[in-house]
Amino acid sequence: MSRVVLITGGSRGIGLATAQRFAALGDKVAVTYNTSVPTGDFLAVQCDVTKQEDVDRTFAEVEEKLGPVEILVSNAGITRDGLLLRMKEQDFAEVLDANLTGAFRVSKRATQTMLRARKGRIILVSSVVGLLGQAGQANYAASKAGLVGFARSLARELGSRSITVNVVAPGPVDTDMTRALGEEKLQAFAALVPLGRIATTDEVAGVITFLASSDAAYITGAVIPVDGGLGMGH
Amino acid sequence: MSQELFDRFTKCAVELLSVDAAKVTRDARFKEDLEADSLDLVEFVMALEEEFSVEVPEKELEGITTVGQAFDLIAAKAK
Repeated sequence: MSRVVLITGGSRGIGLATAQRFAALGDKVAVTYNTSVPTGDFLAVQCDVTKQEDVDRTFAEVEEKLGPVEILVSNAGITRDGLLLRMKEQDFAEVLDANLTGAFRVSKRATQTMLRARKGRIILVSSVVGLLGQAGQANYAASKAGLVGFARSLARELGSRSITVNVVAPGPVDTDMTRALGEEKLQAFAALVPLGRIATTDEVAGVITFLASSDAAYITGAVIPVDGGLGMGH
Repeated sequence: MSQELFDRFTKCAVELLSVDAAKVTRDARFKEDLEADSLDLVEFVMALEEEFSVEVPEKELEGITTVGQAFDLIAAKAK
């Protein structure tokens, strides 16, 4: 059973770990990258998810080389941190465009072929801060919270066609994005986590591959925390 | 009514709505007679837009319930 998987934002971090996991399962994997080309047992396609033409070109290439996308992992994301009073509208808009509208662009395109196939899995990578909030990340948190309403609406629209749509909400994970916070902030963050440590990318990737598996066929519209307990109660 | 246009319309309906061509008559109602749900209809309209190289705004679809109504809308644009 080799499935066609497309992961956006796969050059590092959670996206890359997820690509490696699917590849190890024997699936046909494509990853998108924006600037740094990842290497591995997958097809790498340059794609800026803020550009519709990039998204269209990416799907055309994946469909031609691997087949129609059966599993979509929307993971590409950016941060433009800053306190609200110092946050420019552009910082807010750019983060929304990449993280939320980007998910819209790829989900919409993937849905076209999933509807025909009468099956599909869409997994959106959100963040614990979407529901917890985080000082200095109003834009990022808003985009990640937006994914929840987006996913749940799609779950209702597409459920009759056996397409599931779920959200994974990681807490602090050992990636370039979190390392950019600095060691001190990261340790402080880890101290807030009941499990007392940050996650490995593989611990998030494992939940994503689970949501794409047949064992998860009856899960849709769910927000799965992978946060060591940080967001408990949401 | 152009038979050629209606044949192409019917072909789309057969493909997208999984119905027999014989059931695609002007009086056929999408929901009741062709058992199409809202997603089927969205896919059908998109296929028609492609087949006839036309654009159908959501607004113009309001109140359309039968094959005849939908065909007239598309045929008027396809000219």
